[in-house]
Parts: sequence; structure tokens; C-alpha cells
Amino acid sequence: MSDLPGNVGRVSEPIPAAEVLIRAQGLVKTFPKKHGEAFTAVAGIDFEVRRGEVFGFLGPNGAGKSTTMRMIGCVSPVGGGHLSLFGLDPNTAGPQIRARLGVVPQEDTLDVEMRVRDNMQVYGRYFGLPRAVIRERAARLLDFVQLTDRAEDKVEPLSGGMKRRLTIARALINDPEILILDEPTTGLDPQARHVVWDRLYRLKQQGTTLILTTHYMDEAEQLCDRLVVMDKGRIAAEGAPRELIERYATREVLELRFPLGEQEQAAEKLAGIGERLEPLPDRVLVYADDGEAALTEAYRRGLEPLTALVRRSTLEDVFLHLTGRTLVD
Amino acid sequence: MSTETISAAASAAATERSRTVPGGLALSWRQFLYWYTFFYRTWRGTVMSAILGPVMYLTAMGVGIGTLITHGLPGGVSYLSFIAPGVLAATAMQNGIFEGSFTVLGSVKWAGNYWAAVNTPQRPQDIMFGTAMQGLARTAGMSVVFFAAMVGFGTTHSLWAVFALPVALLTGAAFLFPMMAYSITLENDQPLMVVFRFVMTPLFLFSGTFFPWQQLPAWMHPIAFATPLWHGVELCRELTLGTVTAASAAIHLGYLLVALAVGIALARRSFTRRLYLER
Repeated sequence: MSDLPGNVGRVSEPIPAAEVLIRAQGLVKTFPKKHGEAFTAVAGIDFEVRRGEVFGFLGPNGAGKSTTMRMIGCVSPVGGGHLSLFGLDPNTAGPQIRARLGVVPQEDTLDVEMRVRDNMQVYGRYFGLPRAVIRERAARLLDFVQLTDRAEDKVEPLSGGMKRRLTIARALINDPEILILDEPTTGLDPQARHVVWDRLYRLKQQGTTLILTTHYMDEAEQLCDRLVVMDKGRIAAEGAPRELIERYATREVLELRFPLGEQEQAAEKLAGIGERLEPLPDRVLVYADDGEAALTEAYRRGLEPLTALVRRSTLEDVFLHLTGRTLVD
Repeated sequence: MSTETISAAASAAATERSRTVPGGLALSWRQFLYWYTFFYRTWRGTVMSAILGPVMYLTAMGVGIGTLITHGLPGGVSYLSFIAPGVLAATAMQNGIFEGSFTVLGSVKWAGNYWAAVNTPQRPQDIMFGTAMQGLARTAGMSVVFFAAMVGFGTTHSLWAVFALPVALLTGAAFLFPMMAYSITLENDQPLMVVFRFVMTPLFLFSGTFFPWQQLPAWMHPIAFATPLWHGVELCRELTLGTVTAASAAIHLGYLLVALAVGIALARRSFTRRLYLER
């Protein structure tokens, strides 16, 4: 830091709130059905995304996440309400906005018959970047996603995880101000998911603004600074992952399984233990700040569960509480 | 792998420039560059078939069948001289239809490259025009090769003949755009086969390409006049035989240009629907 004379003796100013990059108010998307009534995919949602944060949309399939992503990505018209990115209107400044975005679609849209390096080249040309600049960036980005040794190979034989990493590298070619990822790890095996998470975590640390959708609560918990829980086109809750858990769930959860047919009776006997009970088809969840104490109480009441597990609450519990359904059916 | 020496400042400047979105022509050109890279791998095969096709065609149809047909053609021209300009126009139509079919359907259903392009500054119309540019470039290339073969076989009888090339390209374009407009709406290639069999092939055969249109039954004449191919075939033939008049050129050109304009409007609309409005 340089000591500019003008700053000497000034009272430190409050840290300015980070710049709002995306603002949505009452955002709506309705699709006309071929026969009959219209289908509302997004039913009026509000949110703001600030520079440098990782913002998540968590919800089950069909919640309206991808539709929202497409409107943010300016590849689908805003159906109603207000949306702005960088202060620009997607309906009139789509190309200008897209020039500043990086998008990782849910389905890989790579050119599988081209080589890895050529994929970077053709995509970079869409942004009008000079060849030399693309070559330099491609080398750096392929290194970042650990694909340097595959640069001369065709895309076709690459594994699912490698293709996803290439899609991420490709989306970064224009040095985007926001990186949008629609279910970045869906369909990947656990190991491949962890590699993708690691790369996204590095981007986050570098200060890249990330928007991601997911139906994996662990993904949302690990990566997101702030998230909205979506269900049936609406936002059910908004906040930081820990905040949401504190607000909508207890510290711990006791999961009990009972022999077939005995679950309903058991649930009745459990009444009053912990703050809340959630009987699911295959198990009963007991929400309590002290799971062990709740389990001791259950045994004291003469219950004999097949299995008993005490764990910390997760976003899954938040979602269950808000919607009565689990995230992945 | 060569190490590039792009300074951070130069890279940042390139990013800054990339934020300014140019006009439609420059954006379309970017889409054309995509296709250039995409087809670069297969250019040898394309050139070979572009040369072999017309040479085989002119040899078989003109020299082979042509020797059997010794009278009855308007102006008393040889059969080879009669069909060559017709095949020039009809082949351009065929190329236009092919370029507007699998390339487009593949981009939206199989390869998915359009779904990548929409996330860049490209607009649906830029993607459409860029794809059309590459289709027209290939059609032009094929037409040039065919025209060279025509000259080699001695079928051009007038200096007007050079204008048969742009007219053939215009004929190809008059089919390329409507075909693109249709292909982008599809989910699989079955309907394309129907178009090839029941639209392209009859047009190819019955638009005055291989025999004078006057031979057709009278009720089919209006159908022939309504197809852009008939106008393309007639004008190409008048140009290579040197029988063109200002009036006939104006009618044929006018018709082809109107068909082109309608095709472009249709293609623009259906690309915007599929790639933007209906998502």
C-alpha cells in the first residue's frame, strides 16, 4: 500500500458492500404447453449476486434451476419481472453480457471429434480473441484443469470427468467475470467430482464469481458462500449454508431404522423426543441438539431400532423441512 | 508445445477488446471460422469428390447417353451442352439442401456445437449466417469445379457463361436457407430423408435439367415454373448457350432473389425460435 498524503489521518471508511453483478426481482419463466395450459418453471424469484461470491441454486430436478441459469446466461428470454447483469438488460444487451460470462452447461457441448486444444481455439474465436492469446490461455487453463498431457488428443475418448474439466477450461477462455455452472458434477463418479470441486474451490479463492446449480447438498455446503433453496419454481429459503442449517434444523440428527411394519408404532413412541420428528418411508429422523441424548431416551422408552446413527444436520435436512421431500428422489 | 510470450497486459487488452461486440457480419464470420476448423480435417476427401463427381456425371450422362440422343433439342445443341448447365444448377441446389440439412441438425442434436455457440456473443442469426456462409462457400467451390469441367468438355458457347456460376450459387442459396429453416426445427433425421426423396429428387429430375421442360405434361408446367430450380436451370442454360435476353434474365433472377429473401427470413426466424425464444 502506498501512503498517499490525502489519506493521512483519515478515519477508516466502512468497507463498501461488494458490487452487485446480478439482480433479479420477481423473475418469471412460463412455457406454453403444446396442448392445454402453460407451465410455469420459474414463479417469481428475487436474488442478488455480488462480485467475488459463490452463489448456489439448490433444489431437486425440475425446481427451475436450469431455466433460471438460462435466463442469467442470456440464452433464453426473461419471461417476466426484472433481471439485470452488470447493470445491463439481457433482452437488449445479450451479446455484450455473454462476452463477460463463462458458461458450463449441464450437458457437455464439446466438439468430440476435434482435439482438446482445438476446442479451446474454436471457442475462443467466438469471443474474437486473437489466436496467440487463445494459445497462451489454453496452455495455462489446460494446466489448471490438469489436461495438459491430453491437449493433442481428441475429446471423444476422454472420461466424463475430463470432459467436464475441459468444459470448465473452455468457459474460462474469455477471462469471464462470472462463471455459471449448471450441475457441474452430475453424472461424475465420486473421485471425478472431488477433482472438479477442488478446481472450483481454487477459482473461488482466486476471487472468481461463481454461480452454480446442484442437487447435491454436500456440493452446495462445500462451495457456496450463499445459496437459495429452490422448489417448484420458487425460492424456499436464502442464506449461507450454516445459517440455513441453524435456522431450519437442529445441530444434530438421529436417524433410526426399524423392522418393517414397526416404524409407525415407533414414531408414536418417539413423540416428544428432540424438537421435531420426520418419519420417512425407510427411517425416522429425530431432530435434536444432542443426538446421543435423544438415542438414550429412545432406548429408555423400550425402542429397539435396527440401526441408529447420530450425525450433524445438513442442507438436505433444511430442504426436507422446507418442502417435505428429499433432494434426490 | 511452444511456449507463448503474451504479456499479461496484452492478454488483458485482448479481453477488454473482446467485451466490445462487433456487428453481425463479424459475428457471422466467427461462426464461419468455427466451420473452417471443423471441416479442415476432411478437406482432401471433399475436394476429391468435388472433382470426381462432375467428371463422372458429364462423362456418363453427356458422352454416354448423349451419343444416343441426336435430335430434338431446342437450338439443335448437343445433349451434353444441354444438360451440363442444368446439372450445374441442380447440383448447386443439391449442395444447398445438403449443407442446410445434416450440418444444422447435427449442430443442434448430435454434436451440440450450437448450444456452445449460444453462450458466446453469437446471436442466433449470426450462427445461422455463419453456417450459411460455410455452406455457400462449399457450394461455390463445387460449382467452380463443375464449371471448369463444363469448359473442359466444351459445353460453354458464350462469354455470358461465366455468369452461370453466380446464378448457380444463387440457386443453391435459394434452397440452402429454407432447408436450414426446416432442419433446425427437427429432432431426428427421418424427415430429412423424406425431403431428399420426395422434394429434392423430383426437382432434380423434373425441373428441365435432363430434358426440355416442354416435354412435361401441361398440368406440370406451373409446378415447374414455381420451383426456384427451374429458374436456375433455365437461366444457367441461356447463359452458357448464349440465348439469354434481358427480360428472361430479369424474370429468373427476380424469382431467385425473392426466394432467397424469403428463405433468409424463414431461417432467421426458426433459428431464433429454436436457439433462443423457446428455451
